[in-house]
Amino acid sequence: MEKKQISFNNFYKLFNLISILLIIISIILLLFKGLNYGVDFKGGTLIELRTENSKITISKVRQSFMKMNLGDISVKQFGKESDYLIKFEKQNSNNPNFINEIKENLTKLLSDEIDFRRVENVGPKVSLELLKSGIIAIALSLTAMLFYIWIRFEWQFSLGAILALFHDIIITLGIFSLFNLEINLSIVAAILTIVGYSMNDTVVIFDRVRENLNKFSDIKIFELTNISINETLSRTIITSVTTLLALVSIYIFGGEILKGFSLAMILGVIFGTYSSIYIANPILVFLKVSQKTILKEDNN
Amino acid sequence: MLYFSKIKITLISIFSLIFILLAISNFINFNDNIFNKKIKLGLDLRGGSYLLLEVDNKPVITQQLQTTVSVLRKFFNDNKINFKNLKILNDKEIFFEVDEIQINDVIKIFEDKNSEINPYYSQYKVHKFNLLNLDNTFKIEFSKYGIIEIKNSSLDQALEIVRRRVNEVGTNEPNILKRGNDRILVELPGLDDPMRIKNLLGKTANLTFRFVTNEVEEAFGSEELFHEDNVQKSIVSKRIILSGDNLIDAQPRMNNDSNQTVVSFTLDRVGAKRFGKATSAGIGKQLAIILDGKIISAPVIRDAIVSGSGQISGNFTFQTATDLALLLRSGTLPAPLTIIEERTVGPGLGQDSINAGIFALIIGFVLVIIFMLIKYRVFGIIANITLILNLFLLVGILTLFEATLTLPGIAGIILTVGMAVDANVLIFERIKEEYKSEKNQIIAFDSGYVKSKTAVLDANITTLIAALILFFMGAGPIKGFSVTLGVGIFTTLFSVYFIARLLTSLYVIKNKYKENLI
Repeated sequence: MEKKQISFNNFYKLFNLISILLIIISIILLLFKGLNYGVDFKGGTLIELRTENSKITISKVRQSFMKMNLGDISVKQFGKESDYLIKFEKQNSNNPNFINEIKENLTKLLSDEIDFRRVENVGPKVSLELLKSGIIAIALSLTAMLFYIWIRFEWQFSLGAILALFHDIIITLGIFSLFNLEINLSIVAAILTIVGYSMNDTVVIFDRVRENLNKFSDIKIFELTNISINETLSRTIITSVTTLLALVSIYIFGGEILKGFSLAMILGVIFGTYSSIYIANPILVFLKVSQKTILKEDNN
Repeated sequence: MLYFSKIKITLISIFSLIFILLAISNFINFNDNIFNKKIKLGLDLRGGSYLLLEVDNKPVITQQLQTTVSVLRKFFNDNKINFKNLKILNDKEIFFEVDEIQINDVIKIFEDKNSEINPYYSQYKVHKFNLLNLDNTFKIEFSKYGIIEIKNSSLDQALEIVRRRVNEVGTNEPNILKRGNDRILVELPGLDDPMRIKNLLGKTANLTFRFVTNEVEEAFGSEELFHEDNVQKSIVSKRIILSGDNLIDAQPRMNNDSNQTVVSFTLDRVGAKRFGKATSAGIGKQLAIILDGKIISAPVIRDAIVSGSGQISGNFTFQTATDLALLLRSGTLPAPLTIIEERTVGPGLGQDSINAGIFALIIGFVLVIIFMLIKYRVFGIIANITLILNLFLLVGILTLFEATLTLPGIAGIILTVGMAVDANVLIFERIKEEYKSEKNQIIAFDSGYVKSKTAVLDANITTLIAALILFFMGAGPIKGFSVTLGVGIFTTLFSVYFIARLLTSLYVIKNKYKENLI
């Protein structure tokens, strides 16, 4: 009943190349196209509105907003046909009636009652702080993981795990840049969760690698990682499937607000699972981890 | 690992039962003290407004510098110190020169720990002002803690005024908190149009009564101010006859003669005396009533007003009169407030989010349960019972701490459902492996649990680290996500190592002679 081993290790080089390519493309995208920051990080105003009148079209909504001189405006449909999401950079905190004036103007221009379902207005100071604390949070989580794995394993494992994390985060952000998807506070939360998840996946394989290193002194790390990946494979698949089932149900049924968040997580889980196998393990091979590497730990 | 004592089983059952009851208490009223707690809904689910206000301390600092200059002038005169060129530079420091021989006297005065001029904060071990001396010239500026003290005290005052104003409007369960040393957070659940509150909080409500004057060079100086309509202008004296501090009450009223809405006010004793004196001396003059630098009205005084009460008329509607009265009752803000962040969710969207979130939870949950059942059969049932109990525990703990549930928080619960089975999967897969080399079922199960332990713990700790960082760094609804994710890890570990293991052991021991249990 011995299952057939899949030779993951034969494809290390190929997939490493693909990953490096994806990372380069992502970095180019991030540098030259940039990210589409939402009002959380860019400052400005967001209005989600609903119209009961089916005659009101997106172009009418856009035209009405254009007439109000609010600067650069983006209008898009948001979930249902009658719902729109409007974003513009102008925010006016000194005028408490700002939003109400827009509402009154809009009612006049569209000659119908408009329901403002959500209004967000973020000043430039706050948005800068939110961006800063988002970046600090991600940096902090990566550092925390680096040290945790270092303490629990060895520095070679720690390096492998962190590079896998970078890979996941950069490619996820690259995809967000490519498709111009919005980066807001919930995406930061998603990225931190990806950090947790991808790490979780890597740690389970590493745990097995360490156990096998103790067990077999004569098997080379190249083979050994493959054995460990195969031994934990069914767990990797099952957990990814259940997590993806949960995430896909958030993506489809959880409403528009959670769409970006759940999409980032879905991408993160897919890349996280992939990178645990094809980034974290090849690095152990590259760094020539052997039984000696972990035995040093026991002598201390 | 498979053995459970009777006491342990009882404890696990009681513990689980308590949290299940707590979870259920969100939906049913138990009418007693322990189980009447409920999870709070965040503003994004319940609907409401979130406002972040920043105190603009510049005017406060300028005012403090001006006060210090006049205090210094008096002090130097009283102590016969010859000073020159006493003035404020760039709105942040005070400059003056003294005679050569008095340099040391001045330094001594400023460095004295009991100095009246330069208060000493013993908790920080610094003075309010730093003294910079170059030859016979001096500059004084606020020390770091001097600024902090100013900010703290104006924030405390502002917080109190904001609280009064919000409470007077009568929204339900407002949440008003300090943020840092110059910000105030106001959460107003259920309020979908914060315009009125924003209007009320945006006003300093600095009320003064001053005479309208025509002579430009009056002893106190004069200034030209706009009326409410932003068109008309009048020149008013800088001498303040009365300020809002002298008011003890203000109410909107209907004036029966003119059929206008007015704001009637009552003065304290000092105020009444001063008002009486000024009005009797100034019959025939125009008295301007000025709010935040704008003239509301400037009636001509016909009689002396000695009763200590009066009326402000203007172009008020009942609403604006009510708001003005409210502002006057609640007092003057020490510094202007700016709204630097606003998030408002209408009740319609909130309810839609709840519905979508719950629906996604049910679908995700059912999918995971079906998947586990197909994959593991009997042990799938065990994993699923664990998962359901895990969900109850999670909701129970959130209820116990009356945590706030947000939309990302619901996402955190769904994610916990997806990831919670991981621990059981790790263990089951390990047992399968052990079973290949170990034919004794009980031993195989036992070592499966033992050997998977480090992987399970490491895997969960990494997620916990991410949740913790998110909790401390995240804002608003995101915090709700980190809470459910973090608590979910603990309930997962508990349910896997106590409940699932208990069920597994009962099943395995009962069926120990059967082949291939898993």
